[in-house]
Amino acid sequence: MNRLRAPHLLALVFGIAFLYLPILVLVLYSFNASRLVTVWGGFSTRWYAALLQNQALLDAAWLSLKVALVSASLATILGLLSALALGRFGRFAGRTLFAGMIAAPLVMPEVITGLALLLLFVGLDAERGFWTVTIAHVTLTACFATIVIQARLVMLDRSLEEAAQDLGATPLRVFFAITLPMIAPAILAGWLLAFTLSLDDLVLASFTSGPGSTTLPMRIYSSVRLGVTPEINAASTLLIALVATVVVLASLLIKRDALART
Amino acid sequence: METGTKARFSPGRGWPAPRWLVVALPYAWLLAFFLLPFLIVLRIALSDTARALPPYAPHWTGWAEAWNFLQALDLESFATLVGDSLYLDAYLSSLRIAATATLIALLIAFPLAYAMASAPRRWQPALLILVILPFWTSFLIRVYAWMAILRPEGVLDALLRGLGLIDEPLGLMNTETAVLIGMVYSYLPFMVLPIYTSLERLDRSLLEAAADLGATPLRRFVSIVIPLARPGIYAGCFLVFVPAIGEFVIPDLLGGPETLMIGKVLWTEFFSNRDWPLASAVAILLLLILAVPLLAYQRFARKEAA
Repeated sequence: MNRLRAPHLLALVFGIAFLYLPILVLVLYSFNASRLVTVWGGFSTRWYAALLQNQALLDAAWLSLKVALVSASLATILGLLSALALGRFGRFAGRTLFAGMIAAPLVMPEVITGLALLLLFVGLDAERGFWTVTIAHVTLTACFATIVIQARLVMLDRSLEEAAQDLGATPLRVFFAITLPMIAPAILAGWLLAFTLSLDDLVLASFTSGPGSTTLPMRIYSSVRLGVTPEINAASTLLIALVATVVVLASLLIKRDALART
Repeated sequence: METGTKARFSPGRGWPAPRWLVVALPYAWLLAFFLLPFLIVLRIALSDTARALPPYAPHWTGWAEAWNFLQALDLESFATLVGDSLYLDAYLSSLRIAATATLIALLIAFPLAYAMASAPRRWQPALLILVILPFWTSFLIRVYAWMAILRPEGVLDALLRGLGLIDEPLGLMNTETAVLIGMVYSYLPFMVLPIYTSLERLDRSLLEAAADLGATPLRRFVSIVIPLARPGIYAGCFLVFVPAIGEFVIPDLLGGPETLMIGKVLWTEFFSNRDWPLASAVAILLLLILAVPLLAYQRFARKEAA
């Protein structure tokens, strides 16, 4: 199209810099040899070594990883079912309430969802820990997974499915042979979104976890409240690197998949 | 056409797992873990505070006692909310801070989205990924990054002092300004994406036609670009404003004692003061407040669709 004009370039550079500079500063200072955050004491990886000695942080990371894996998988299954229900079933009894409940967690303040779930668990006299945090995360992230999968489902060309059905394939066969492979990238994207949201969540976990089940964001939050430490910078950098790698790999996979199909 | 609609693929017919199961599973999950908890919040908001575990005395003990329940229904917590100016101030200042953050985010996001939409086509996917990627990195870590920048003798102070622009630390940390910066930063992608989507569809020939007819750049912007971007602007404002009202992490980490926000008040009532009925009442009132922008946006979206 037209060439980039100077004010546009300025807006782009300013906007992107605003988004990335804070993260860059954080990553940079995780390699600072000095304990003082503003004084650059030379390049060092000592804070990464210190991380490996921090058993509490490692335990929290391991718990968060388990919660994220289980909750993302459950949320993706629920998201796929909800997307099918909303995208393919037309009208059914109670559809408005269902659609409302799918959309609500997207804008609901987390403090309210967290409080509500905790009161439910207390009412049920459920022991708080891994499963209560996982259930809370499934409830939040299933909605995001639904939206990602539904968007793809709605864009899908129906003619292939119709052709298969005309040729006598059962609906179940049509779903597994045609629909599922075609929405696979969206299912992967939905799972990844659920996984990163779960890994990141502080508020829901703080409400629904019990003693002895501290997640990584809860651990980071409690040390961050006391101030900026190079060790947390190192932990944050690792987390950013992990998420960035997974997201970039996934988008490459999806792209290759899309290229192979055209 | 009639037969076409009938033969349309519908996964409902002939599934071994009946069609209703596909709906029932997520439906049951949401009823149990989303709707039911809110009813419990409402119930506890109407209970007495008690020094016990759990710290509330429920009035509701069964259908048989429905009459007793109604008689004992307790608006004490709501009376506290209305009576104590702390809570009223917290609601008002949450709305004010969220509105200010939304406005600043719009002022930053619009030029960015406009520049993205006018960039060469082959650049656009990469620019889009650049804007979305920070959203994928941890929210908590992005807020924490600003702590390192804004704190006294932090990165920003050191930089400005190095440039000889300031002598004293700016003292931005633990102020409302810091909260606003954190909010704008965290929610910016939610503003950029909808505006970009609506601008991307903008038909450039309209602008060229207006230019040929002698419209000034400002005129073209005001009477063509802005009206066509309106759905994106509204969606972006909604997506920033509503979550910002109930935000907890940003005011807690970047704000100071004088930055009053309702999400933080709820947290304190619950975790520090252990007043569960009051925390529940705060939540219910917050939900009622959030319903206003929600309904307004829905109305707008319906009008737009028609």
